[in-house]
Amino acid sequence: MPPDPPASGKSPAPGNSASHSQEEAPRAAIRPRPKLAVYKFSSCDGCQLSLLNLEDELLDLVGAVEVAYFLEARRQVQPPPYDVGLVEGSISTPEEEDRIRQVRRDCRMLVTIGACATSGGIQALRNWADVGDYVAAVYAQPKYIHTLETATPIASHVFVDFELRGCPVNHGQLSELVSALLVGRKPNIPTHSLCVECKRRGCACLLVAHGEPCLGPITQAGCGALCPAAGRACYGCFGPMEQPNILSLGSRFLADGRSAREVKRALRQFNGYLEPFKQGSDHYERLEQGKH
Amino acid sequence: MSHPTLAIGGTVFLPRSALRDLVTVLRKRGFTVIGPTQVEGVVALRPLTSGQELPRGVRDEQGPGHYRLVPGEPDLSFEYVVGPDSPKRKFFPPVLNLFQFHVDRESFVLDAGPPQVPKLAFLGVRPCELAAIKVQDHVFGADDPRTVRCESETYYCESRRESFLVAVNCTRPGGTCFCASMETGPAAKDGFDLALTELRQGFITAVGSVRGLEICHDLPVREPSGAELELAELKLHIAHEHMGCTLDTQGLKDLLDQSLDHPQWADVAKRCLSCGNCTMVCPTCFCSTVSDSTELAGPKVMRTRRWESCFTHQFSATTAGPVRNTIRGRYRHWLRHKLGTWWDQFGMSGCVGCGRCITWCPVGIDLTAEAAQIRAHSQNSVPPVEEAPV
Repeated sequence: MPPDPPASGKSPAPGNSASHSQEEAPRAAIRPRPKLAVYKFSSCDGCQLSLLNLEDELLDLVGAVEVAYFLEARRQVQPPPYDVGLVEGSISTPEEEDRIRQVRRDCRMLVTIGACATSGGIQALRNWADVGDYVAAVYAQPKYIHTLETATPIASHVFVDFELRGCPVNHGQLSELVSALLVGRKPNIPTHSLCVECKRRGCACLLVAHGEPCLGPITQAGCGALCPAAGRACYGCFGPMEQPNILSLGSRFLADGRSAREVKRALRQFNGYLEPFKQGSDHYERLEQGKH
Repeated sequence: MSHPTLAIGGTVFLPRSALRDLVTVLRKRGFTVIGPTQVEGVVALRPLTSGQELPRGVRDEQGPGHYRLVPGEPDLSFEYVVGPDSPKRKFFPPVLNLFQFHVDRESFVLDAGPPQVPKLAFLGVRPCELAAIKVQDHVFGADDPRTVRCESETYYCESRRESFLVAVNCTRPGGTCFCASMETGPAAKDGFDLALTELRQGFITAVGSVRGLEICHDLPVREPSGAELELAELKLHIAHEHMGCTLDTQGLKDLLDQSLDHPQWADVAKRCLSCGNCTMVCPTCFCSTVSDSTELAGPKVMRTRRWESCFTHQFSATTAGPVRNTIRGRYRHWLRHKLGTWWDQFGMSGCVGCGRCITWCPVGIDLTAEAAQIRAHSQNSVPPVEEAPV
């Protein structure tokens, strides 16, 4: 159990509506565990797996919250309402469009986890193409496929209380988010560049010392510089940082001899449909086509 | 071994073969020896076990937003200058867990207190880094324990008090160095225990402290010849004349104070990524953020200090939003602090001329060039520029 809130009661856990009148009663009885729901939309399940991969903390998690709806983890389902809903995946089908509205009604607090739910994900690349062409190319019987023209983030459909970035989300950030929600404090999720984390970790700069097209300077921190620490340039899976200066970094890439097409494709990945990356990739697409 | 020059303020000659002995002697005295090591294409500071890890026959090629290691003279050990790391990394760690406690019924129980302070010896500290250490000593209160400011840092002060500094003078400045302009190099004046100047056969070694003198007694040093002393002096003189960058510091603080609306700030804002790299590699930047975290497991709380950058939103966040909400405002704040307002705050320059912020800027913004632009166009009356909308 998390600690009780201070006497002022300023930070109750979500869903804490129980009476405090029974002074002598055990604390567990005063505070029912908040009900957690975990949903999947169009996605690869990686972010839900990140939750299950919390390993050391998993037992603490199920001790602190009541897992009321989490089909990937347990078959048993409790009826809504839920205190916190974690949503993985983008809205890609007509059925999902309806379901997310119901999910919003069922959850007091709705948090998206991962690139798909937050930006539309890799499947949002269809938004620049004709989805019919993709369906025809991939499926033997395209007539059975009912899909939307676009794949869009959850926040394009319903109000979202908090968004956790990453493909997949970072264990530490997920644990921080849940811990913060449980005690009713603001999650400590930085929005600055990845470079800050990368330098703190002491990685050699892949852009400056190796000429790699690293997206770290425009990408939000949170992964702990996972790729740069392994000698791989950041490909922006945590999406754009606060106020990214995409055109300046793009100019550096062009000066290093990379094409506008390469810059466009670097930006149009897991978070390509998230606004600053979307605008940036559109800019380099126009440049690629000779339009300015 | 005793001879007339073996005294504080004196100079001895350390044969090249004894460089490893220096590491051994320091380790025997209980120091963790930190020195330059070639890691993933950069010269980084890492613990040394034998001195064999020191790069040899390596030069660095540095420019705005550019760093490469290239082959150099095979016999020489210090032909490169500073890499992204500086001693700041050890005295003022990027992430430091300050303490952890848990709640037991009605009381707080301390699980882990302040971290243990290491006993560090640095080999290969450059004169600009000595100057940066002097700056941080002042900022964090290590130079005068009676002065306590909000910047004062116990961990820094204690690890500094324990530390031993072997400086290496720069005989081959890098492409972004401007220590000559800042009068911090290329030769170390003070603040070291030992200071080496590399010659082919060995090192002209200046003794700067009692502890430095003690270490020399354990090393096969000899009296340097007149020719060796002259050669070292000549090398340092040539280095002084071959700085990669220059910064005209004449009246710079006043100039910056009068240039708040200079159009150059808007120009640099178009290029600046606000990524914070310059502040992370700067050996004098001292900002940090302290945050508490709770664990899922219940009533456990950890307090952690991390390097912070004035280029982040959070840095100037208030309930009404960030005070410096534009990249223009953030860059201007940083540059003015380094070159100008640091004088108001600490009575010294916040810049030591190491050139790291130029090299490690992903888009190669050069503060000496920005300052020169501001100076070049300050006499002409330039129309003020409005803060660009966000």
